[in-house]
Amino acid sequence: MSDDIPILRLGPNLMVTLQGNLEDTTVEHIERAVTHEVARTRATGLLIDVSGLSIVDSFVARVIARLVAMVRLLGARSTIVGIQPAVAITLVELGVPMSHVRTALNAEQGMALLREPTGR
Amino acid sequence: MTVLAEDAVLTMTINGEADLLHVRSMLRAEAQRAGLTLTAETKLVTAGSELARNIVRYSTHGQGVASVERLHRNGRHGVRVEFRDDGPGIADVEQVMRDGYTTGDSLGLGLPGSRRLVDEFSIDSAVGRGTTVVIAQWSR
Repeated sequence: MSDDIPILRLGPNLMVTLQGNLEDTTVEHIERAVTHEVARTRATGLLIDVSGLSIVDSFVARVIARLVAMVRLLGARSTIVGIQPAVAITLVELGVPMSHVRTALNAEQGMALLREPTGR
Repeated sequence: MTVLAEDAVLTMTINGEADLLHVRSMLRAEAQRAGLTLTAETKLVTAGSELARNIVRYSTHGQGVASVERLHRNGRHGVRVEFRDDGPGIADVEQVMRDGYTTGDSLGLGLPGSRRLVDEFSIDSAVGRGTTVVIAQWSR
């Protein structure tokens, strides 16, 4: 998997979609590709759509949190959208620290968050 | 990956990272078969993913076995999964069951987090003998 990472450009923002049953190496590959794309396009916002993930374990959660931290250094703020309810419950009980990550119910609300002048 | 069905027990060898996907698929199918709620199913699959990854990361040559058994008790159905490896074993089980303990660069949530996700959890490990973790999740 190399060129088939679904990264969509929406004005000053990028949206990446994570879906399916992902191998660890694929998740890390997407992380690198998105970071490079944020730098290349000078995007100011990143939407990470995880509505297509039926599980998020501690590894995937850690990579997502790391991606958010990296693109923040590049000047873009991120919002994770579409976490399934069962996944949210599982992440909280698993104990993955995600409180510093901005989230929204869906892509539309996530875009609205990215348009707000303040926040990070 | 090999899947052997003998009565109600499914056994799957874990040889590498790609087998995490097979473990997740197998546990999801078994959870649905047992009639678990979506939340219980998601927790079981997530715990299984953590435990299978532990085998890939920490056991000798990243090898181990996952065995699934179908449980029936008082009209309820459940899924029991045993993750077994012949790896180096764990010297201090109490220590690895604490949140945040890790020998690698992970979050150190694999074992303690998995315990919180399932109805039943047990771990047996000794240095030089390997590690066995058994989890079970029940229908309501």
